[in-house]
Amino acid sequence: MAESAQLEVKNLTKRFGGLVAVKDMSLAVHGGKILGLIGPNGSGKSTVMKLIMGIERPDSGSVRINGTEVAGWPSHRIARMGAGIVFQHSRPLHRQTVLENIKLALLPDKLTRLFADPAIDERARAIAARVGLDTVLERRPATLPFADLRKIEIAKAVARDPQVLLIDEPFAGLTSSETAAFSDLICQLRDDGRAVLLVDHNVKSVSKLVDRVLAMYVGERIAEGTADEVMRDETVRRVYLGGSIETAARPESSFRDAATPFLAVDKLSVQYGKAQALQDVSIHVHAGEFVSVVGLNGAGKTTLFNAISGLLPYSGEIRREGATLRGFSAAAIARGGIVQCPEGRELFTDMTVRENLDLGGQHLPPAEGAAQIAWLFDLFPILRDRQKQHAGTLSGGEQQMLSIARALMMKPKLLILDEPTLGLAPVILEQLSKALERLRQTTPITVLLGEQNVTFALPHADRVYVLEHARIIWEGGPARFATEVGTDFL
Amino acid sequence: MRSFSTTRILLVALGAVVVASFLPLWVTGYILGLLTMAYYSGVFAMAWDLLFGFAGEVNFGPTFLIGTGAYTAGILDNLYQPPIWLCVVAGTLAAVVGGVVLALPALRVRGPYFGLTTLVAVLILQNFIVVDAHLTGGENGLTVPDVISISDSTNYEIALWFMAVSGAILFSLARSPVGLILQASGQDAVQAGALGFNVTKHKLMAFIISAFFSGLAGALLVFYVGSASASSLVDITVGVQIIIAAVIGGRRTILGAVLGAVFLVAMSELLRPLGDLSNFVVFAMALVVVLFFPSGFFGLLTRTKEQG
Repeated sequence: MAESAQLEVKNLTKRFGGLVAVKDMSLAVHGGKILGLIGPNGSGKSTVMKLIMGIERPDSGSVRINGTEVAGWPSHRIARMGAGIVFQHSRPLHRQTVLENIKLALLPDKLTRLFADPAIDERARAIAARVGLDTVLERRPATLPFADLRKIEIAKAVARDPQVLLIDEPFAGLTSSETAAFSDLICQLRDDGRAVLLVDHNVKSVSKLVDRVLAMYVGERIAEGTADEVMRDETVRRVYLGGSIETAARPESSFRDAATPFLAVDKLSVQYGKAQALQDVSIHVHAGEFVSVVGLNGAGKTTLFNAISGLLPYSGEIRREGATLRGFSAAAIARGGIVQCPEGRELFTDMTVRENLDLGGQHLPPAEGAAQIAWLFDLFPILRDRQKQHAGTLSGGEQQMLSIARALMMKPKLLILDEPTLGLAPVILEQLSKALERLRQTTPITVLLGEQNVTFALPHADRVYVLEHARIIWEGGPARFATEVGTDFL
Repeated sequence: MRSFSTTRILLVALGAVVVASFLPLWVTGYILGLLTMAYYSGVFAMAWDLLFGFAGEVNFGPTFLIGTGAYTAGILDNLYQPPIWLCVVAGTLAAVVGGVVLALPALRVRGPYFGLTTLVAVLILQNFIVVDAHLTGGENGLTVPDVISISDSTNYEIALWFMAVSGAILFSLARSPVGLILQASGQDAVQAGALGFNVTKHKLMAFIISAFFSGLAGALLVFYVGSASASSLVDITVGVQIIIAAVIGGRRTILGAVLGAVFLVAMSELLRPLGDLSNFVVFAMALVVVLFFPSGFFGLLTRTKEQG
């Protein structure tokens, strides 16, 4: 038993409807080792974690914890076999104190336990001291900073002394000093002899901690090795950076509205409760320009777009053609020509393709609407064939095209695209990419694109912003991107 | 910031109950009758709060459990005249079975869909009562041959102490380790499962306990009033009253539900001169409490005491 891995996954497969989220996945983590499981959004890494923990049921394959086959078990039994998970979002019990939240995780799963074992109190205090919560034991979660909430999650996960520990995006939303403290904690947990699986977006964020890294893309393993090996891997570089990208940027001086850009965002800050979602972000977009905002999940792209669309309260200034957008409702901003195509696509899934498009063109005179639809069918020919189908029955790529087409029905002056590539297969990406290229070539439209897929974001862009941890950290032409900030995305 | 300890709250509540037990010395039988009804609906509301506030299941059909208990007990008494306690036991057991039946969809569907199934359960029971009129008395209601007592003060004391014991049990349970697990299951079933708790088992138990107290209170109520009718025990508006009592009393507090129930009865009595307008005023007040004091009366009480 000594040589066998504490966590061993073999040929794990999970389908959601027609989408294969995880395909033939195998991995192993030994006690005292850390494996990083990385992949872009929608690559299936979180699904792998849920399959191991029993939150989702695998369609086929094997999951062994300490040699016991647990695939298909409910999660409470898998937890008792010695697996623990730290969720990305903290969801503590708000009416209970920190100590009580930790005690919860120590309770036996019995209906007859009406009085807590005094030993539990002692254990909970010891765990709290270990993760650095000993000074806030009697406080309620709502009064604590974000980092402490994450510590509660870790404390709960390690309460039952799991031999296999799964951690989802360990450093999301933490400052650099907090990140260092968390790294130390994770190393200590590893040194206890636990097998640790870290799930994150890129190698860089976990490279100092991990013994090995496994990279995923659209449900499949694309590389495995040490952090350096994976960062040097050709496939990984292509997925994250897009190999050699042909760019077609137009110089900024070629746009006529240089003095007053069409959209100017000035020192924008947005706060979600305790978390700073955007801090002093300034960007501008000229009329007719194609601007990409590149950033990992959680960097603040969606927040930026929602603030521009008037969906969020913010501080700072957002101006359109020199006039402030503050005070305008989301509906007024959209009618004025700033149209967002949201990340979740937000289609009316029970309506047909045609009905979705007609709805987008509601305000157009009938003749103009018909002409616009005809033009869109040329841009996305597949939608012409699918007209009578319900939007919910389309594939992910077709849904994305419909979502963009519906936004275009509103004849936007500025089209905001939020992560259009989310969860799409490479071949679909190419179709989408071609459609965007045609859009750029044949219309005077202005586009603001948010992406973590650099391959998709760079080729069309005139200018690129990089958003990281709520701030803009780089601005420049797409040709300079790979050399100047490319490694941050591996 | 530590909240009141379980024992301290129970002691204060016990004091209130002891004081209330001397009320028959001072007030009229009419007021005792009103309070008796309020205490039974207090138990209904506490049982509902265990499901909603702790297990996180919004049951729009508390009257399904109450009605099942009440009618089972009443019909049994009508048909065979066994001792009253046997009818009450049978009614309670029937309600527990009903609770398990209600739990089955809850473990399968979420949120609004579960709420709908509970509403449908009420409608089915109501329909059964109307259709099987030879058993249930139909729309005229069911009259039982036996009552527990004809003395106002005896009935009052029974209701009071029944409510006190039920409240103590439900409250202690809610604040015990089992209650903590139940709360975690209600707020985040995925995480509770990942912490090693069998969420299904804990929620099923919550349904059974809620049904037990609802059915027991329903059965006792039949032998207090001497009759049962769909409009007073099963109708959806009765269920809504119970939910309002629990929410304005303070959800997730168990004991607050009693305050809410007494408040509703007292208000509709005090506002009787307003005629049809009285219900409107009561509901408007309930709305204000829900919107501006979401922690309810109980939350307000414990908070001001903490600051003092």
